[in-house]
Amino acid sequence: MTDVAISPARIALVGNPNCGKTALFNALTGSRQKVANYAGVTVERKEGSFTTPDGRRISVLDLPGTYSLRARSPDEEVTRDVVFGRRAGEAMPDVLVCVADATNLRLVLRLILELKQVGRPMVLALNMYDIAQRQGIAIDLDGLSKALGVPIVTTVATRRRGIEDLVREVDRLAVGAVSPVSEWREPTAAEIREAHRQSQRILKEFVKPPARPDTFTGRLDSVLLHPVLGSLLLLFVLFLMFQAVFAWAKPPMDFLQACFDGLGVWITHVMPDSLLRSLLTDGVISGVGTVIVFLPQILIVFFFIICLEDFGYMARAAFLMDRIMGGAGLHGRAFITLLSSVACAIPGIMSTRVIDNKRDRLTTILIAPLMTCSARIPIYTLIISAFIPNRNVWGPINLQGLVMFGLYAAGIVSALLISFIIRKIFWRTASEPFLMELPAYKVPDVLNVARGVWQRAEMFLKRAGTTILSMAILIWFFSSFPRPPAGATQPAIDYSLAGMIGHWVEPIMQPIGFNWQMSVSLIPGMAAREVSVAALGSIYAISAHGDDTSKLGATLATHWSLATALAFLAWYIFAPQCASTLAVVKRETNAWRWPIIMFVYMVVLAYAAAFATYHVAVAMGWGH
Amino acid sequence: MSVTSLSRPLSDARKGDTGVVSFVHATGEQGHDLERRLLEMGFVEGARVEVLHEGLIGRDPMAVRVDDMRVALRRREAGFISIEPQAA
Repeated sequence: MTDVAISPARIALVGNPNCGKTALFNALTGSRQKVANYAGVTVERKEGSFTTPDGRRISVLDLPGTYSLRARSPDEEVTRDVVFGRRAGEAMPDVLVCVADATNLRLVLRLILELKQVGRPMVLALNMYDIAQRQGIAIDLDGLSKALGVPIVTTVATRRRGIEDLVREVDRLAVGAVSPVSEWREPTAAEIREAHRQSQRILKEFVKPPARPDTFTGRLDSVLLHPVLGSLLLLFVLFLMFQAVFAWAKPPMDFLQACFDGLGVWITHVMPDSLLRSLLTDGVISGVGTVIVFLPQILIVFFFIICLEDFGYMARAAFLMDRIMGGAGLHGRAFITLLSSVACAIPGIMSTRVIDNKRDRLTTILIAPLMTCSARIPIYTLIISAFIPNRNVWGPINLQGLVMFGLYAAGIVSALLISFIIRKIFWRTASEPFLMELPAYKVPDVLNVARGVWQRAEMFLKRAGTTILSMAILIWFFSSFPRPPAGATQPAIDYSLAGMIGHWVEPIMQPIGFNWQMSVSLIPGMAAREVSVAALGSIYAISAHGDDTSKLGATLATHWSLATALAFLAWYIFAPQCASTLAVVKRETNAWRWPIIMFVYMVVLAYAAAFATYHVAVAMGWGH
Repeated sequence: MSVTSLSRPLSDARKGDTGVVSFVHATGEQGHDLERRLLEMGFVEGARVEVLHEGLIGRDPMAVRVDDMRVALRRREAGFISIEPQAA
């Protein structure tokens, strides 16, 4: 082996959306992958690596899916710029791996013809080859390879089939990599037509249409895309998702809660009463523990979203919702953003990068945080379980689940209303064309779903271990210092910094029914919404004179009126309490203007909603 | 390909209607770009189309089979695509 042969190489995966590119990326790199962002944009950058049998280290970049190099949206721009080696901070890939769905070659053949003009060594991975074979699609691999002028490897990424062949081919091509002469320029309509004719000829000559075409997708679509039935099923899927978040998550949550409770009790037993013990039990455990308990719910939300996406349902949901979205001045794809924002506004805002029109995109970004993200779940669950009776109101419909559904619905309705106001009053322009492929349904691959859910769990735990931990310690410090004077009659927190801040903002928050403890909890809640729960946990644990056994919910139920609790829920439908979201908006829009506008409009709405809720509830006699 | 008198816009088609794309031409501010997008999604002269599904409100958007794939689009954009009956 010479040095040249074992020098590291870089490859990039390019292809149409839904071609199984990410599954192939997972099959190539296994767990050696890193998810981050491209510099300057929030397009998700997935990089991984593997080592060839000869010992060559190959790094793999999973580029956003595209139909053409004529990039129109930020993520397509990333793909184009990386392919051309124009992206700052990204070296040009030595080999391009074009990934194609072997059952759906028409559009990708045209992309391949375009990619060939780039002049990089390229290999075509015909993925999902097993499905093509099952459907009886006969592909003349040699003929196709000669006609296209690129080597072809067949793969079944989900079963790791053909991966060695692909690695061998990449290895071979990487050696001969020469500096390319790109002949690519943006094609005219006439050139696109010509490329289509060419790929049509190639397709006709080397690919025999399926003997047993996929009828499953068509049959399923006649139900799922049915105007009435399909819409009802979409509602049912969403409702099922929310019920699952509550029902399925309960046992593991109870278990986690018991673990943290046990840990707190154990520390109280083995450690003498000291500041350190207070920091550990009142700060760290009640702070971080309260948040980690919600991990199961967050995982369930992401599990649903990833499964629906991989199954191919998200595009159908966008289809069904397009008219409603369009009525609010949005693009059908905005529905995917809004649904992702149900997990977290950050991936939601990142998913707007597929919306090409700038105003459509900004509007979608501005309303994404109104969707109920998983960080609100801890707050909603805490308040609902403490104040709303757990009983069935109508058949199996549970009152607590119903209130939760109502909170989600309030988020959706207000998001659509705000969008309507923005698009019909401030920005009255024609909206973006809605044009998207409806991919064939595929059973989600267990490993890929698990990997996706795990990556989200990792991000959440990392946040719990960094942001939330440091906030919990900070809140503990604020709530513990200065110490109460000798002979103090009030709870210690009353004399602390937190107490002072709480009392200071209390007059502003009093009209909406908030007490000073709540006002204090909103401040650390700026870091992340769920930190408010941690803050309430710490504040009430401390002010309850070490009454460790009382659960936070029960404590709140004795301290707050129902009107206050409802006002708190109303506040959180709108409150812009997530510094990371604001930071992402700043990065996405490249201006401070948009996060500031977002913050101001959301605070105003939150205050107004809490004010109205509180006063209506008091009038209903729920003020005690 | 020529535009015959049998041509009509895809936006007039109803569920179950089939045809062959005879002409793609988008007009308006973004027309030039939209035309290329329609072409890139497979709406190219000669492609076989069939309206598979229609939305609940105003039969919009529509899901169309284009050769062997499925594409969703609004009737507004479908108006830029002309179809004619498939030659027997």
